[in-house]
Order: sequence, then structure tokens, then C-alpha cells
Amino acid sequence: MNNYYFTEEHNLFRESLRTFLHKEVMPNIDQWEEDQRIPRDVWKKMGDMGFLGLSYPSQYGGMELDFFYDVIFTEETSKMFSGGFTITQLVVQYMSSTYILKYGSEKLKAKYLPGIISGELISAVGISEPGAGSDVANIQTKAIREGEHYVVNGSKTFITNGVYGDFIVTVVKTDPSKGPAGVSLLVIDRNAEGVSATKLKKLGWHSSDTAELAFDNVKVPVENLVGEEGQGFYYLMGGLQLERLVGGVSAYSGCEAIMGYTLQYMSERSAFGRPINRFQVLRHRMAQLASEIEACKQFVLYCARLHNDGKYAVKECSMAKLLATELSDKTAYQCLQNFGGYGFMEEYKVARMFRDSRVGTIGGGTSEIMREIIAKMIIDDVSYEAASQPSSNGAVANGKSENGLSLDQILNGIQSKAADAKPLGKTLKFDFGNEQLFIDGTGEKNAVSKDNKEADCSVDVSFEDFVALTKGKLNPMNAVMSGKIKIKGDMGVAMKLQSLFG
Amino acid sequence: MSYYFNEDHQLFRSSLRDFLEKEVRPNVRQYEADGEIPRSLYHRFGEMGYLGLGFPEKYGGLNLDIWYSVVFIEELCRMNSGGLSAAIWAHPGLALTHILAEGNEKQKEKYLPSGILGKSIGCLAITEPFGGSDVQALRTTAIKDGDHYIVNGSKTFITNGVNSDYIVTAVKTAPENKMISMLIIERDRKGVSATKLDKLGWRASDTGEIAFDEVRVPVENLLGAEDAGFFYIMQHFVSERLGMALQGLAYSEYALEVTLKYVNERTAFGRKINRFQVLRHRIAQMASEIEMNKAFIYSLYQRYADGDYLVKEASMAKLLATQLNDKVATECLQMFGGYGFMEDYPMARMFRDARLGQIGGGTSEILCEIISKIMIDQVNYKTPINKNK
Ligand SMILES: Cc1cc2nc3c(=O)[nH]c(=O)nc-3n(C[C@H](O)[C@H](O)[C@H](O)COP(=O)(O)OP(=O)(O)OC[C@H]3O[C@@H](n4cnc5c(N)ncnc54)[C@H](O)[C@@H]3O)c2cc1C
Ligand SMILES: Cc1cc2nc3c(=O)[nH]c(=O)nc-3n(C[C@H](O)[C@H](O)[C@H](O)COP(=O)(O)OP(=O)(O)OC[C@H]3O[C@@H](n4cnc5c(N)ncnc54)[C@H](O)[C@@H]3O)c2cc1C
Repeated sequence: MNNYYFTEEHNLFRESLRTFLHKEVMPNIDQWEEDQRIPRDVWKKMGDMGFLGLSYPSQYGGMELDFFYDVIFTEETSKMFSGGFTITQLVVQYMSSTYILKYGSEKLKAKYLPGIISGELISAVGISEPGAGSDVANIQTKAIREGEHYVVNGSKTFITNGVYGDFIVTVVKTDPSKGPAGVSLLVIDRNAEGVSATKLKKLGWHSSDTAELAFDNVKVPVENLVGEEGQGFYYLMGGLQLERLVGGVSAYSGCEAIMGYTLQYMSERSAFGRPINRFQVLRHRMAQLASEIEACKQFVLYCARLHNDGKYAVKECSMAKLLATELSDKTAYQCLQNFGGYGFMEEYKVARMFRDSRVGTIGGGTSEIMREIIAKMIIDDVSYEAASQPSSNGAVANGKSENGLSLDQILNGIQSKAADAKPLGKTLKFDFGNEQLFIDGTGEKNAVSKDNKEADCSVDVSFEDFVALTKGKLNPMNAVMSGKIKIKGDMGVAMKLQSLFG
Repeated sequence: MSYYFNEDHQLFRSSLRDFLEKEVRPNVRQYEADGEIPRSLYHRFGEMGYLGLGFPEKYGGLNLDIWYSVVFIEELCRMNSGGLSAAIWAHPGLALTHILAEGNEKQKEKYLPSGILGKSIGCLAITEPFGGSDVQALRTTAIKDGDHYIVNGSKTFITNGVNSDYIVTAVKTAPENKMISMLIIERDRKGVSATKLDKLGWRASDTGEIAFDEVRVPVENLLGAEDAGFFYIMQHFVSERLGMALQGLAYSEYALEVTLKYVNERTAFGRKINRFQVLRHRIAQMASEIEMNKAFIYSLYQRYADGDYLVKEASMAKLLATQLNDKVATECLQMFGGYGFMEDYPMARMFRDARLGQIGGGTSEILCEIISKIMIDQVNYKTPINKNK
């Protein structure tokens, strides 16, 4: 079968990971579920084997591999029939330490990343609070700066790895007066003075420790701030895309596992004198599910490709998480039905898959929140921009192009270029949606402003494509033909674009 | 940004879209009322090269890659007339596809160049009044008599079944035979008659019941080998089902597009109806499912172009995308309120046209049969004639 994502090397990696998991993990899962805890040494072993930190930089011990290795890691660990096992390490690799990797200082990276890659450290991400889950902007935990420390007060809940983990990438308000702009990320050591945890009892994910955390005057060194103050919300927005994408991969992969397990059972169980896989209704139910799983998988892999190519795919990742986790619930429900009474017994893994699946549409942003995001993007044309790395100047303005320029930054250049070019004789407007550029070519020289006025010709274009136009990287005629720019009004003016930026 | 369509494909798309908006959209209601599309429309499509996109240059085709055909189907569906799409597509997508794959040089010379120009029109007739799903049980016979076959029997639900010039027909060369053969039967042969059927949707296509009464057909009209017809049909089902999946997807996308526009214009209780959360979430859910089906179907076209074996996946894609189209048509119509029920708005037609998706080209139940046979019984539909490999 053709495969556009996985090479021979990927497949070899998958084989060796799978072998390891079947030897070291699968036989112990039942015990860990009962103990409600996963022993540390299994992570250490995985670290030793080079299975952790797959796409992390080599200077911290990572492998610097492409994202499809992470996809394989997620797929294979999700086929162990224990959501608790899977989530423990997915939180470490893709949902918490990633903030340190992307936005943290060199010092923070050197301190924490080697440990999570060797399997010695377990990290958590502390976003949700008893009073605020979906409504992240409304969190109350405060970190008030006092000299070289922040003093943290507040609480977090539903925190995976919050009981047995080593550190928590915590979402705090460093400036409670500012709303989302006062949100920051802080690395808090789990056993710092004033941090306490209560283990929560829950429906599924039994082998994972989920904590309610209390912070009582916890002193955290200023150097534990991830990136810049006030940028936490943007970092989260970015990080959550990865979390949701990985959640999508985990969900369809879990579906494949239950599916295979159920087909096996159906070939062995008999009723009315024949294997139950002869009953047409059950067969069609499986055919329908298999189709949905296959389509979902191809979609999530497509999103993974976007991610691997550096695209900030908010809409797609939200869709992937929404569809895959909902499908997981449906798959678990229907597969359990095909087991009859045995489906309800702990002897078969399908009971666990059923309860473990149920958190998929809640954690990492509920299905309703996914639909909110998607609806905003497709109905209200809201677009989300990736947070800039802290090394650039930090502020995330709307109307920024991929290469980080904003309209204000290039306005001067355009003004002088336009002034040098022959006057257009008419007025021309570039409309970027949230900002406009107005060129008045009726005078002696073309005059450029940011006014949003009626023009003889109006050009709808994304800011990015506009930048490409001005740099001569995008041919105006091609752009028109391919629909990248849309022209309303006097086409004649548009024909002069080339002379304007040539 | 797309992993599949390059600049040339996009240019083709925009020029095709212009053509359709200018020459087709204004006439769709007339076609729907007439119950067929005019001959002159095939000619126009032929002139523009649209009927021979993927066909070899030797026969007047453009020899373009599969993505042009994908663009063609998608854009055609934006006209929001299942009947129009079916009438156009059944000719190159079904009839000519069989002839190109199985025909001998003489047959290709006879049918491809004129077909690609839109001068002669074909149809594909498999289904019979006695049974559609159970293809192998068909009863139309073609008994050899010297250098002719004598054909007796009937076909039904045949797209282009009334106005086409020839019929690529599935027959049996002996009544007790389990195997099927494919025969090209010219419309003007004595003993061929057709009746147009009245139907729920797909109104712009002439769906016909065809009767064969002692029709004498020269043996040279046999397409491919005798008794190999079932394999030919199975093989072409892959492209047919991918095509139907793509149509289900394209109609769904179009429905969402017009609905997004409508909910942004219509007000109720003092605000735009696109402010109501329930409608918003319904739209978000549909958009997600559309994106998913799209990624799946495109990935399959890529594999199809690379010669992969796709009987299972194409069945899956058709199953899901036609279900999606039914659901999207129902839910989008709902958002139009009473206007959804009116012919002046696009959803009424889409709603009735979508209903065919889960029936034609293999019902959803038959697709589930195929998928479960492959998945549960390890049945292999691969045949030695899989030319795509
Ligand atoms: C096992 C488990 C592990 C978790 N691990 C972590 C972790 O490691 N770190 C972490 O930070 N969090 C974690 N979470 C928390 C999880 O992210 C939250 O539970 C989730 O975001 C929902 O928040 P909430 O529970 O406060 O629900 P609420 O926000 O109170 O939502 C309740 C209901 O209202 C709906 N709702 C809310 N707002 C809207 C709206 N605008 N429109 C329509 N409906 C709406 C929700 O969809 C939901 O159905 C975990 C949760 C669980 C159960
Ligand atoms: C508008 C239109 C255009 C068409 N165009 C063409 C064309 O161009 N050429 C052509 O050859 N055909 C064409 N068809 C025919 C179409 O392919 C058939 O209608 C279809 O294959 C179903 O066959 P049937 O109508 O005989 O239904 P039946 O086979 O009688 O099926 C009736 C019901 O029983 C179900 N069923 C059948 N077998 C099973 C089973 N084993 N398990 C479970 N359920 C089962 C079916 O899913 C369906 O729900 C067209 C049909 C329509 C409506």
C-alpha cells in the first residue's frame, strides 16, 4: 500500500517501538490500572531506547526527527488499551514541555528538557482551575512579582501528572488587571514549598494520576518564567494546536485498536450456530465504523502534514480533535455492543476503552469549544496568528505576515516606492480585511495612507500575498488568475500594479 | 495552499468556473424543467475540451492528469443540478471509460474522437428492472447467431438512457451463464426502444428504461473479452465511486457556501441568524465533516493516480460522502427556513438530488457488503485485468 507520510525508516522505528511496548508495557497494563500509577522505570527504559524527545533538539538529547515520528509514537502508545498510560507521556512530550522548548530561556531548557527526554522527569500542564476550564481567559491563579521571585497563589484542577510529576508548566496571571494580556506561563516544581496535590477519583484513565493542585504562597524564581510576561495566552493558543492534533492522532489510533480487537472477537464468538461475524447488521456496523475511522485517519494525517510543514492550522487541528474524539466514543460504544455481556466485563479490554474514550471530547478543549473556534473562523472570518518567538519583539499584531512584518513596518518603503512610480491617475485600495492601504494616484505623486476610503479599484488580498507582491515574488496577473487577489472596480488600475512595485 | 492542485489546475478551475457561470448556470432551470440537457450543451463541452480531459491525445483528448478531472467534477457540481452533472458525466465517466479501457482499436476510433467532441453520446446500462444490486443475476441475453448476437431483455434507471446514441450494455451470452459480457448497442438498431422515467430528483437527466427486442448486434460490438464483464464493471466501479464520492463532497461544500451566505444575511429576533449558537455549531460540525471527507477523497485520488488497489477505500469514500451530502442538504435546508422549501433557493433541489447518492452506483448497503467482505472475510477483488497497476 502506498504511503505518503511514512518512509522505510519510519516503519523500522514503528516496529522497534511496537516490539518494546508489547514486551514492556502491554503485560503490565492491568496492574498499573489497578495501582492507578505507572512506575517511573518504564519511562526511563523508553528514554534509554531513544523513544522520547523524538523531535527535540539533539543538544538536550533529542533526536531531531520529523513530526511523523511523533505521530508514530502517539499511534503506537495509543494501541496499549489504556488511555491512562498513553496520556501520561503524551502530556510530557507534546502538551507541557513543548512550551519550554518553544518559548523558554536557554537556562530553562537546559534544566528541564534533558530529563524529559531521558525519561527521568515527568511534566504537567496546569491550565484548568476549579472555576475556569473552557473559559481559559478567566483563570484566577496569581503570580505576583516580588524581587527575584513570583509569589503564586491559587489552584488548578484535573491536572494530569499533577500528583506524581516533577514540574508543572502553570498558567498564571502576572497582571490580574489585564485579562488575557496579563497571562503568563511559569514552571513550578511539584515539590516546591506551598504546592500540594489531591488525587482525584475518576471514571476512566485509571493508571493516570489526575490532581487538584493548591498553590499557597509558592515562591518561584523569576527565571522560571517561560518566554515573556503577558504572552502566556498566545503561547497557549499555539501549544493547544499541537495538543489537539496529538489528541486526534491518539483517538483514531485507539479506534483502530478497538476495531481490530472486536473483529477478532467476532470471528471467535458463536451464536445461533455461526460466528457472530456472519450477522449482516454487525458486519455493516463494522464496515461503517471502519470507513469513518479510515477517513478520519487520513484527515488527521493531512493535518499532521500541515503541522510538519510549519503551518499554523488552527481550524484543521480543532476539526481533527473534534471528529476523532467523537468517533472514538462512537466506536467504543458500538464495539462494546458487539461483545454482548463480555463487553461489560473487565476481562475484556473493550470496557476500559469505553470509559477511557469518554474524556476525549472533554479534555484539551471540549467538543463545544472546538465548534466555537471553528464557527468563529468560518462564520466570522476570525483568523488566528501564531505567537511570535520571544526573540523577536513579542507583540502579536493583527495583519502580520508569515515573515513577521506588519503593515506599519513596511508602510515607509511602500510610500517611497509608490512616490517614485508614475502616478496611477486613479485611486486604488488594498484591503487586507482588518487593515487597508489607500493609494491616491490623482495628484502629482502617488500618495499612500492607511485610510479606508472608496477607491476606483479595490483589491482584496491577504497581507502575506501583498508583501509577496511588493517584493516581486508574486506576479500580479498570476495572482489574479489564481484567485489570490480579487479585484473590484476599475481593472485598468489593477493592470498597473506591476509598475507600482516593479 | 494545496498539496494536490498546482497553479495550472487553479487557472483551469477559474476559467471553467467562468464558462459554467456564463453558459450553464442561466439555463439550469430550463434543463430541469425539460427533463434533459440539450445536445448543443455536449457540443459546447466537447469544443471546450472538457469531455476528454484525461483521454489520450490520439483520440482528441487532452491527456491531462487526474486533478483536472477532479476540478471538472467539483465545478460542475457547483451548478447544483445532480441531473446536469450526471448527464454530462455518465458519457465520458462511464461509457467512454469502458470503451477506452476495454475497446479494440476500431471501437476506440469509432467512439472516442466523436465522443470527446460531444458529437456522439453514450450511456452505461447494467441495472435491470429485476435487480440492480445483484449485478450477477442480470437477465438480458445476447445469444450468438452467426456473426451477430441477438439481444433480448431490458434495462432500467439508465442515465442518458433515452437520448444517447449507443448503449454500453451488460449482457449474458447464455441464460444460464453466471458470467457477464459487455456489448455496445447502437440506439438506431431495430428492436431498441426507451421510455423516460419520472423521478424525485436529478431532473435534468433523462433516466430511461430500455427494452431490447430481438436486436441484432454484430459480434464485433463485443467490448473486451466474452464473460469478463463483471471484472470490468468492478474495476471501473473504483473510479465511478470515487467520482460519486467527490460529487457528494462537492455538493456539500456548495451547500455550506450558500448557507454561510444566507445565515449572514437573514435576521430573526433582531440579529443575524448566524449569531445563534445552535446554528453556528451545526455549521462547524458540517464544515469539519466536509474537510475530513475532502482530505480522505483527495488522498484516494492521489493513490488512484499512483495505481493503487482501492476497491475498499473507494467504497468507503462513496459511502461516507453520499451520507454526508444527505445530512448537509437536510441541515442546510433547515437553516433557510421556509425559503429552503422554495425553488427560488438552492436547497430544495439539492435536497432531492442528494437522495440519489446512497442509491446509484451501488447502494450504501452494497458498499457495506463489499467493505465487510474485504475486511472480515478477506475477500480479494483484485483481478488480473487491473490495468491501473
Ligand atoms: C481526566 C482529565 C485530565 C485532564 N488533564 C488536564 C491537564 O493535564 N491540564 C489541564 O489544564 N486541564 C486538564 N483537564 C481539564 C480539561 O481541559 C477541562 O475539563 C476542559 O477544558 C473543560 O473545562 P471544565 O471541566 O471546566 O468544563 P466547563 O468549562 O465548566 O464546561 C462545562 C460544559 O459547558 C460547555 N461549555 C462551556 N463553554 C461553552 C460555550 N461557550 N458554548 C457552549 N458550551 C460551552 C462545555 O463544553 C461543557 O460541556 C483534564 C480533564 C480531565 C477530565
Ligand atoms: C437516477 C438514477 C440513475 C441511475 N443511473 C444508472 C445508470 O446509468 N446505469 C445503471 O446501470 N444503473 C443506473 N442506476 C441504477 C442504480 O445503480 C440501482 O438503482 C442501484 O444499483 C440499486 O439497484 P435497485 O434499484 O435494483 O435496488 P435493489 O437491488 O432492488 O435494492 C433494494 C434495497 O435492498 C437493499 N439490498 C439489496 N441487496 C442487499 C443485501 N445483500 N444486503 C442488504 N441490503 C440489500 C438495497 O441496498 C436497497 O436498499 C440509476 C439509478 C437511479 C435512481
